[in-house]
Formats: sequence, C-alpha cells, structure tokens
Amino acid sequence: MNIYVLLKKTFDTEEKINVSHGQIEDDGAEFIINPYDEYAVEEAINQRDEHGGEVTVVTIGDEDSEKQLRTALAMGADKAVLINTEDDLESGDQYTTAKILEAFFEDKEADLILAGNVAIDEASGQVGPRLAEALGIPYVTTITSLKIDGEVVNIEKDVEGDVEIIETSLPVLVTCQQGLNEPRYPSLPGIMKAKKKPLEELEIDDLDLDEDDVEPKTKTIDIFLPPEKEAGRVLEGELNEQVVELVSLLKNESKVL
Amino acid sequence: MNFELSKEQLMIKKMVKDFAENVIQPRAIEIDKEAKFPIDIFDQLGELGILGIPFPEEYGGSGGDTLSYALAVEEIGSVCGSTGLSYAAAVSLGASPIYYFGTEKQKKAFLTPLAQGKALGSFGLTEPNAGSDAGGTKTTAKLEGDEYIINGEKCFITNASFAKTLIVTAVTGKNEKGKNIISAIIVPTDTKGVKITSNYDKMGVRGSDTAEIVLDQVRVPKENLLGDPEKGFKQFLYTLDGGRISIAALGVGIAQASLEKALNYAKERKQFGQSISNFQSIQFKLADMAMEVELSRNMVHKAAWLKDNDKPFSKEAAYAKLFASETASRAANQAIQIHGGYGYMREYEVERYLRDAKLLEIGEGTSEIQRLVIARQLGC
Repeated sequence: MNIYVLLKKTFDTEEKINVSHGQIEDDGAEFIINPYDEYAVEEAINQRDEHGGEVTVVTIGDEDSEKQLRTALAMGADKAVLINTEDDLESGDQYTTAKILEAFFEDKEADLILAGNVAIDEASGQVGPRLAEALGIPYVTTITSLKIDGEVVNIEKDVEGDVEIIETSLPVLVTCQQGLNEPRYPSLPGIMKAKKKPLEELEIDDLDLDEDDVEPKTKTIDIFLPPEKEAGRVLEGELNEQVVELVSLLKNESKVL
Repeated sequence: MNFELSKEQLMIKKMVKDFAENVIQPRAIEIDKEAKFPIDIFDQLGELGILGIPFPEEYGGSGGDTLSYALAVEEIGSVCGSTGLSYAAAVSLGASPIYYFGTEKQKKAFLTPLAQGKALGSFGLTEPNAGSDAGGTKTTAKLEGDEYIINGEKCFITNASFAKTLIVTAVTGKNEKGKNIISAIIVPTDTKGVKITSNYDKMGVRGSDTAEIVLDQVRVPKENLLGDPEKGFKQFLYTLDGGRISIAALGVGIAQASLEKALNYAKERKQFGQSISNFQSIQFKLADMAMEVELSRNMVHKAAWLKDNDKPFSKEAAYAKLFASETASRAANQAIQIHGGYGYMREYEVERYLRDAKLLEIGEGTSEIQRLVIARQLGC
C-alpha cells in the first residue's frame, strides 16, 4: 500500500508566542509537528505494519522543516519529501497548499493519504478535503478509527462527541482526530536511522508550478493575541446586595442576561 | 567553533524531554516520597533505546554520542533526580566500563543486554573504608584454577538491587613495589555468595536504589576479569571521568528546573501589589541562577565534546562536575528562598531539588576530590 502523510510544521502553542506588526515572530518560537499530524504519522505506520507498503511523509515548508520530517522518519516513516517554498513564495493560504499538493500527487499512486484534522496554528481544516476534491477521491474528516480490508475501508468519525460509522473504498484521504491512536515516541535507534532514510527536496518549479498558479485566494489583514485575562472582582457587602449587584453587572456590563 | 547541536542531538533531546515530562514528571513526588525505585520507567527507557545511547548498534546500543547522552541525563534529571541518577549510573558506571575495556566476548554477553535496556548493571567500587581512596580497597579476588574467588564488602552501590551484572573492584595481588594491584571483575548478581541489601534511608535521590553488597566466597570464571589486570586502577579513573560528565549533566538538569520553577513563581507571586519578580533582590537571584546554569551546561557540553573527539577530558569533566553540582545546590537553595514558605513544602518540589542536588556534590568523587583532580592536572 502506498501511504502518504501530509505534515505541517507549526509553532508550539504551549510556548510563549510573540506577535509584532501583525506577524508571529519566528525567533524564539518552538516548532513542532502539528499534533494532529502526529496521529496521522502513527496511523500510517500502523497501517503499513499491518498491510505492508511504504509510508511517505510530505510537507510544504522551509529548510527548517527537515527537523519535523526527520522526527516522522524516526517514528518509523520510510521516506520524506520537503517541498521547499522559502525562495519562491512570499505568502500562501490553504488554496496554495492544496494546489501544490495536487501537483505533487499528480503522478503518484496513493492508496491512502492521511492528514491532521486541523493544524493548531491556523486551524482551517481545509487542506485535506481540498486535496481530495482535486484528486477526485473520497475523504473523511476527524476519524477516530480506520480499518482496511482489501479495498473496503471502515471508518469511525467523530461528530461533535458522537460517532458516525462510514464505509468507503481505497484510495481515500482521511484527516485524523484525537482518540485515533497514541503517537509513539521516536526511539533512539529510530532517530539514528532517520538520518540515513531518503529525504527528497523539491521546489514548486519541479512540480511545473509558477508562483501565479498558487497565488493565495485570501489575504491576512492582521494577527493579534487574545486580550490578557483580567483579574476577577470580589463583590462585598450583604449577601442580598451582592446578588443584586451581580445581576446588574451581568445584565449591564457583560450583557449576558 | 560551532555551538549548535546536530539534528539528531536536538531530536534526542526533544524526545527525552517529552518522555520525561509526560511519564516521569507526574510521578516524581511519589518516587521521592515512597523511596521506590521506578523499575517500570527503566523498562520504558530501555525500549526507547535511551539506556543504550552512547553504545554502538552492534552491542545493542543506539549509536549516539556522549553529548546526546548528556542531553538525555539533563532532561531526565530536570524532572526527577532519582531517576536521573539511576539512569546516569546505569549507563556511565554499569555499562560503560564493559564497553571501554571488555573483550569482544564480554561485550556481546554482558554489554548487549544493558545497552538494549533489558537489564541494569552496577559498579561496585566504594567500600566502607575505601571510596575516593580506592587504594584502601579490602575486597580480594584470588585466582584458584580457572576461577576467581571474591570476598569482601561494597557499600553505597547505585542500582545494585535491580542489577543483573556487577563490576566489582578487588585486590588481585601485589606489584613489585609491594602495592596492591586492583582489578575489575564482572560478577553476575545471581552468582552464589552475592548478597545485596538496600536498607539505606537517604536524604535525597530517594527513589534511586542504593545497596550494600556482601561477597562471600563468590566464584566467577577467570575470563570475567575486565580489561588489563594490572591497570584496574587506571580503568576506573577513566570510568569515573566519564561518569562525572553525566553527574554534571544531572546537576544542570536540577539547576535548570530550579530556575524555571523560581522564575515562574516569582512572576506569579504578588506582594506589595506587584509580582515579586519586579524586585531587584529576586531579579539578582534569578540572574545568577540563569548565568550559572548556562555556564555549567557549556562546560558539560565541552567535556562531552572532548570525550567524543577522543581528546583528554579529565580536567574538563572535573570542572563540569564540580561547578554543575554546586550550581545545582545553590540554584535549588535559592529557588526555595524565592518560594518562601511554599518552597519548604514537598508539593512545590524545590525542596526535593535541594535534597537531590546535595548528592551530586558527594557521589562519584566529592567536590573536594574534583578540586584535587583539577589541581593535579595543573601540575601540583
């Protein structure tokens, strides 16, 4: 089985993030594999171990994305592809990403493509579905179980806490949700072997694409951090006065009543 | 000059950090309180190849370098000193001597299970009357036919209760000047006459196993002699030099954890209407801690780099061990001070850091011994 994983490098949202001039500052930010993509990598490895074949991890990014790809290789993926857009593209959106991936998959015979449900940075959840549409293959998002038997694919999908059971066929694209599996730690021998595994680097030129072909359809106007949480207020006085004050505050100040 | 870690080193650091934070950290208080060796954590460290970092793949290792190993010790040490110490001792003292000095056959038989993390090894040097004064070793090994018969007593031996193999030092004879010849011998712990008990009630690193070993007419085949029979003393000095890098890395871990806890607390804690991190007295403490942590880490990395590049590293390992262990004690002590009354409570963890850090100024050569090692290297 030819298994592909779409992987994105994101900044670690648990670390401190600085924004200046509507841009997230790269300096000092910690970069990680998008956590939902880790489920995709883990699932890809498990499916390969069960059904045979090869796992290829694909990312669109810059030179530094190699680190995340190597981590996926250390977890057990077989090959990695870095589509480096650092020199060619100034900006991009989901359209750009899907368009580049479409060109990449044009000559590939993928049986199974896995992606994260969303990336924790921009959380659009669009790239997977857009790519599947472009390739003309079925897709199922937010999956929590994947069973493949021949060409038949049985999937459990998370629908706001309930489970939807879906049957489809290969080739298929799925996006992975928490609960699908428990991503492994890359083992030490895995890390040491990862540097010997093939990592191919492409530019959009290699995919016969121009900057114009992948021009974003959206424009980011501003990026800002949520307002800092303000200190709470302790009401004082007699109990019934406090209740009256609370109701009035809820009504007039925070307007929730 | 290049201060950047390689991609593999960064990945190893990140992996061990994730494992330490997710698996070890939640149990650190309990490990200390109950003084229970977390054997299941060592099983997992073994499965992930962390116990085999500095050994080649042919002996079941991961094929990493000393620097990667030091990074792993720092990360584990920063969440749990007990686990960090047992980890460092298992690799540097239990397994490394076999890798450095063992025959091919000894490496295959004894190093492989240790590097694969399927067993733990211990190093039995210290005796009731011989520690830094290794010349005072009383344990004897007499060659009788094809076997050594070992008699003696060892104390303060890390991990021995859980070890499959011990490397013990023993007097095997006298040289022409009449001085004792000390050799190292591999003793499987299931050999008849080996008695291991762990009754110590320790101040810190309480979850790390520390045991007493009694060797009573213990017979092992003479091919269990490790390395050169005449150079046992030199061999364990080399082993201890390597071990010092890992103890220093553990000190960096504890000091880093102290700094982080103190910094976070200082920013959150409000007194006189503002965060105490606005006060210069607190800022000066934090600045000193951060500086010393970074200096210690640089020294550890340099010593590890020298070792990886087959250059002399005794002096640098002693610098690193001395400075990092004292940094760890100072940083932990200041972290408690910054936390005030809360810092004195187990729940806030910094009191444990101080108890754990104190051991680093003693184990594998006291701070005073480190100064002697340095002075000798200076030609005194």
